[in-house]
Amino acid sequence: MNLRSAFLLPARVWSAVFLATPLAIVCAYSLLTRGDYGGVERPWTPENYTRLLDPLYLGILWRSLWMAGLATAVCAVAGFPLALFIARAGRRRNLLLQLVLLPFWTSFLVRTYAWLFILRDTGLVNTALLRLGVIRSPLPLLYNEGAVLLGLVYNFLPFFVLPLYATLERLDPALPEAAADLGATPLRTLRRVILPLAAPGIAAGCVLVFIPCLGAYLTPDLLGGGKTVMLGNLIQNQFTTARDWPFGSAASLVLMLVSAAPLWFLLRREAR
Amino acid sequence: MPPVLELREVSKAFPNHRAVDRVSLALERGGFYSLLGPSGCGKTTTLRMIGGFEEPTGGEILLNGRDVTRLKPWQRDVSTVFQNYALFPHLSALRNIEFGLREHGRPDTTKRALEALELVRLGAKRDSLPAQLSGGEKQRVALARSLVLEPQLLLLDEPLAALDPQLRKQMRAELKAMQRQTGITFLFVTHDQEEALSLSDQVAVMNGGRIEQTGTPEDLYLRPATRFVAGFLGEMNWFGGVGVRPESTRISGSGPGLPGTVESLLFLGNCLHVHVRLAEGGHAVAETPRDGQRFAEGEAVWLSWDAAGELRFE
Repeated sequence: MNLRSAFLLPARVWSAVFLATPLAIVCAYSLLTRGDYGGVERPWTPENYTRLLDPLYLGILWRSLWMAGLATAVCAVAGFPLALFIARAGRRRNLLLQLVLLPFWTSFLVRTYAWLFILRDTGLVNTALLRLGVIRSPLPLLYNEGAVLLGLVYNFLPFFVLPLYATLERLDPALPEAAADLGATPLRTLRRVILPLAAPGIAAGCVLVFIPCLGAYLTPDLLGGGKTVMLGNLIQNQFTTARDWPFGSAASLVLMLVSAAPLWFLLRREAR
Repeated sequence: MPPVLELREVSKAFPNHRAVDRVSLALERGGFYSLLGPSGCGKTTTLRMIGGFEEPTGGEILLNGRDVTRLKPWQRDVSTVFQNYALFPHLSALRNIEFGLREHGRPDTTKRALEALELVRLGAKRDSLPAQLSGGEKQRVALARSLVLEPQLLLLDEPLAALDPQLRKQMRAELKAMQRQTGITFLFVTHDQEEALSLSDQVAVMNGGRIEQTGTPEDLYLRPATRFVAGFLGEMNWFGGVGVRPESTRISGSGPGLPGTVESLLFLGNCLHVHVRLAEGGHAVAETPRDGQRFAEGEAVWLSWDAAGELRFE
């Protein structure tokens, strides 16, 4: 065994034990029949996949794609100016980057609960607006698609900003100057120089936001109040209350395939 | 007719230092001008203020008699060739040259860009990306990209600094030819005195944020106004308070004269430079013809000069 394979061995073992094996188990489960008290039984059947074509489940898939797409779009619109601002902030760059990463200092769960306290009927926003006399009764800020979208954007915005920042930071500052020199207004410079050169960073950011949003389950669960069911919630439900492991496995694999599509697109783009 | 460019007491103060200090300058149409000075003398800041990338903290900038001091770069009829060319890496050579034409809404952008590409003899590279071009080719695309707009004034920020010496000499000749051919006024920023002297009709020497002297290359070399200019352009021997050029310094194996010892000999192709350590302290250089008297290292020599070769400063 040469040195190269020796160094790769831990990674190979890890992948085999914690990636390939569980994946194989999920594949196998998705083709079996549900047991009465959870678990799986024979016979083998493709029925779990055909069931996913039920309009109810297609609707959930569609909603997941829609919510993830919308969250990605909002992250892009909000994240691009932010990343550009940080990349041009000179010596304050590192401080600003730390601020973007600040939410990661506490747990995802705690932060999501914090939003509950901000958005609920007796929460920060509604209380303040009621006291100020702006509204008479609390606004329905929680347990709807808007709240889920807010939670997704809040949680995944840094994943958009960081790769884009890395791209913009490497951009030669003389390029926007050259564009201005050749007669381009700042808006034209953005469109003809900065955006095309930032495209790889934007693509990477979109993939990094879209994929976890697609599989999100905690955010729709807590902020959507179970009303905005996404694929992640469906899967969780199958493994817990519904005790339908095979169907949950099939849904998981479909989620994986759908998530892999944008990643595959990105890798192909980079290979060019 | 007003000058193409006029600077009136232009200053730029940064929080900790004054980069440009009351610089005044007037450029006539169609000339080749240089701003020459050591690094940090304020020449690049001056150029950036003319281009609109920095706003002066004092004074006025006039283009064809019109005050452009507060105008943005895209509102000024000047164009810049940047030190590292600043070609758009995602656009081909042709598209780089078309960029400005499109922004200015000119007709026939592709046809004009192709003509400009031919002018710099890069017709065959029209579809190459900047990364596929050599240093000299990038330089020529950058030049074509600015020239195609036919600006009132072309600013060049040390455009030859990134090229290797051989190519630099060739590009120097091309720049000069291009300027004569187009008739566009060039303002060239450099720290290389040889470059400035060989290219320019007029040179402004900057030091410490101020212009020390403006004149033709010959003026500056033969009649430097300050000690700084005398020392910065060409070599200068200082004998007491008097400056003497190496070519005006005679060297001989016997007195009378200032005694010293030969330290080293530099063969420069067309002549020899004899470096001499003076007996009274200090150091001087004498230029001798290649086929003239030979000196050896360590040999005792005497230096002398005519009063006509002396340069005096306050």
